[in-house]
Amino acid sequence: MQQSNFYILAYTVGLTVICGLLLSVTATGLKPRQDENIALEQKKNILASVMTLKETDDVKAIYEKRVKSYVVDFEGEVREGVKAESVVAADEYKKPKEDRLYPVYEIVSETNPNKTEFYVFPVYGFGLWDNIWGFVALQEDMNTIKGVKFEHKGETPGLGARIATEEIQARYVGKKIFEGNEIVSVVMQKGEGQDYSNNPHQVDGMSGATITGKGLNKMLLEYFGGYYNFIKSKINNKISLNQ
Amino acid sequence: MSAQTETAVKAQPAEPLFSKKNRKLLVDPLDSNNPITVQVLGICSALAVTVQVKPAFVMSLGVIFVASFSSLFISLLRNTIPTRIRIIVQLAVVASWVVIVDQVLKAYVYDVSKQLSVFVGLIITNCIIMGRLEAFALGNKPWPSFLDGMGNGIGYGVILIIVAFFRELLGSGSVFGIKLLGADSLTGLPYQGNGLMMLPAGACIVIGLLIWAQRARNGYSEDH
Repeated sequence: MQQSNFYILAYTVGLTVICGLLLSVTATGLKPRQDENIALEQKKNILASVMTLKETDDVKAIYEKRVKSYVVDFEGEVREGVKAESVVAADEYKKPKEDRLYPVYEIVSETNPNKTEFYVFPVYGFGLWDNIWGFVALQEDMNTIKGVKFEHKGETPGLGARIATEEIQARYVGKKIFEGNEIVSVVMQKGEGQDYSNNPHQVDGMSGATITGKGLNKMLLEYFGGYYNFIKSKINNKISLNQ
Repeated sequence: MSAQTETAVKAQPAEPLFSKKNRKLLVDPLDSNNPITVQVLGICSALAVTVQVKPAFVMSLGVIFVASFSSLFISLLRNTIPTRIRIIVQLAVVASWVVIVDQVLKAYVYDVSKQLSVFVGLIITNCIIMGRLEAFALGNKPWPSFLDGMGNGIGYGVILIIVAFFRELLGSGSVFGIKLLGADSLTGLPYQGNGLMMLPAGACIVIGLLIWAQRARNGYSEDH
């Protein structure tokens, strides 16, 4: 009986249905919690690119108070009616550069809510195995990097996955993205252990993760390009205000 | 006759949960029958997730959980599973547990789940789990199978953590992310991280040495 084809077929169907049911119940049941984690993670990352967060900090409250967000397009014009938090970077990444929506997160001063201290831009790209993404915070001069925060989906732990560590991210602090009027971005070099403190456009590489580093470089250059018009308009604005 | 049967029936539940035999199931895989160093199984993930102690630790917990519960369920089902498709049934059970573990990690310890990334999914292909289902759970009662799965999971985890300890210490001068060696560390001893230890080749060497040391101590030799 147990070896008959019918039994085997019925057993397979039964097993598939039970496993399928079990997994879909688990996935659906945990989905709200997972989404919440992802949303909180994004807020945390935006803030972490400009400040050090403690475990006990109420991320939501700080975010409410200090972050002013809006969406611009490739031309640097503000798009009304779109919420920055609901723009999915992964979906935008699939579109051509010119059609993407570009969220901007302005971090305002703790004491004066009208004074913007930093601009945080989300970035998205591809590492060695899978997508990488993150946030880059620029100082008010729109040139100096205040901090970066990178995340990844499937980079090798201990090698490419190091982009998500503070050790690597700290290397970007204080680097410049402009050379005159050109965006040259910040380029991670091959090999590790060199001192690039004198070069504003280069950072030390990650040994064993050169391709992840290349993906990182491509991502940064591409997104600085995407925000170029917006950045320019902000800089021009400032110049005209000063005159 | 009837008195004899009665004592036999009574004697049945008398076997304690942790009888000597059951304890052996749990303890043997830790040393004398270790899945990694003696059976040389599950090497692939032992090379991949041992760069740092923390991911190795969580990975071990994941494998212990999946191995125990897969063994338990396969053992419960063992009399109904058609022999011809038993491997597929085992895979379905293991895969279901792995996906559940992955989803739970994502919902409750999001940080760790990000760090382990693809390797949780790869528990499905871990030969230790399939090996124990095939060799033990299919022919034994649920409780011993559960212990056997757990023992092998722990045996795997112990080696993983030992390897990760040496790789993290020698490779980046830290343990559990705490800097122990190097200029800006707790001890302040000068140390330059050994890049080889960060690569899978470094793990291969550490595991090789570990196997050597353990076999020398236990006087184990391959059967010819």
